[in-house]
Amino acid sequence: MKNNLLKIFTKGLFIENPVFILMLGLCSVLAVSVSVINALGMTLAFTFVIVLSELTISLIRNWIPKTLRIPIFIVIIASFVTILQFLLQAYLPALNKSLGIFIPLIVVNCIIIGRIESFASKRPVVESILDGLGISLGYGIAIVLIAVVREILGSGSILGIQLFGSSFQPALMFILPPGAFLVIGIEIGALNAFMKKYNKKVCSR
Amino acid sequence: MNLINILIQTIFSQNFIFMRFLGLCPFFGLTNDMESSIGMGGAVTFVTVMASVVSYLVYYLILIPLGVEYLQTISFIVTIAVFVQLVEIYLKKMIPNLYKVMGIYLPLITTNCMIMGVTLLNIQNGYTLLETVFFAFGSSIGFTLAMILMTSIRIRLRDSKLPEFFKGAPIVFIAASFIAIAFMGLQGLGG
Repeated sequence: MKNNLLKIFTKGLFIENPVFILMLGLCSVLAVSVSVINALGMTLAFTFVIVLSELTISLIRNWIPKTLRIPIFIVIIASFVTILQFLLQAYLPALNKSLGIFIPLIVVNCIIIGRIESFASKRPVVESILDGLGISLGYGIAIVLIAVVREILGSGSILGIQLFGSSFQPALMFILPPGAFLVIGIEIGALNAFMKKYNKKVCSR
Repeated sequence: MNLINILIQTIFSQNFIFMRFLGLCPFFGLTNDMESSIGMGGAVTFVTVMASVVSYLVYYLILIPLGVEYLQTISFIVTIAVFVQLVEIYLKKMIPNLYKVMGIYLPLITTNCMIMGVTLLNIQNGYTLLETVFFAFGSSIGFTLAMILMTSIRIRLRDSKLPEFFKGAPIVFIAASFIAIAFMGLQGLGG
């Protein structure tokens, strides 16, 4: 039982990583990975919405009529996003401003509706919460990995701290849109190459 | 003049896919053959324009008079979902041929972030109803253009020799990056 719960939590990190493997929810990932701070903020917002939505839907899963399920899911997610918008406006206005339109757009994030449809609407509460946490951690790992590369190359800093001397000329392209596509492409390619080598090693043993 | 600027901006210099990262799911998921990408482009154009107009009216005629602007997110997504459903029912009954072509894409459109993004940006930018229509139309044309560009590249990529681990998604991202660089050259177009 304990093993099973651990499996639910860890599958989102690597085997079913929502960004690198399933390639869902790319819009927000590419748009806010300009800096590590933004990436962490987005992960926090995402975690809030996915965990609470999975929790709520798992609680009421037996009362949701099958034909109406998608509208019900969307309204529940949208309610949590609205709560999140209020919280951010009140306590973290700077983050709210830099994430901008991508906060309301969490509503249409395919990862959340996908997890609810395939997991939370069928499983008990504890499992759903763990699933939400695992998926958000996987999302966070992916978005931070992209943001680290983009921030170091594109503005020569990390978490806002300058790494190189003042003579350093950052490659501006990496904080512009083309850089986002390039970095995620190369990272997925590297991951594929790594997985292949790793699988070979496992097989030859 | 302003309306033409909006069109040029949304199609080229502020293209939703390459510059604003909205609507990427169908962009990477459905660009395998020309027919489905054009079908998706058509369906998105139709729904975006209609949903923008309806959500504009909902915002200014219902939410503002009642003083509940914070319900924007919920009411817009519900508007879009309802609208997609209506389009589906209408097409099924009245134009079954078109429904056969577009049918499978319609449910996917609800979670297309571009449509939600367009409706939110219309309000954020303070557009009038006419500007809203142009903004929605231009951005969907930009989306369709991006879909067609990507599909034609992917068809060629299929026959080219690539390193094994770049096959599939990675090379598509890198190709998208190069198209985005080309689109950056159009920056400043349309004011």
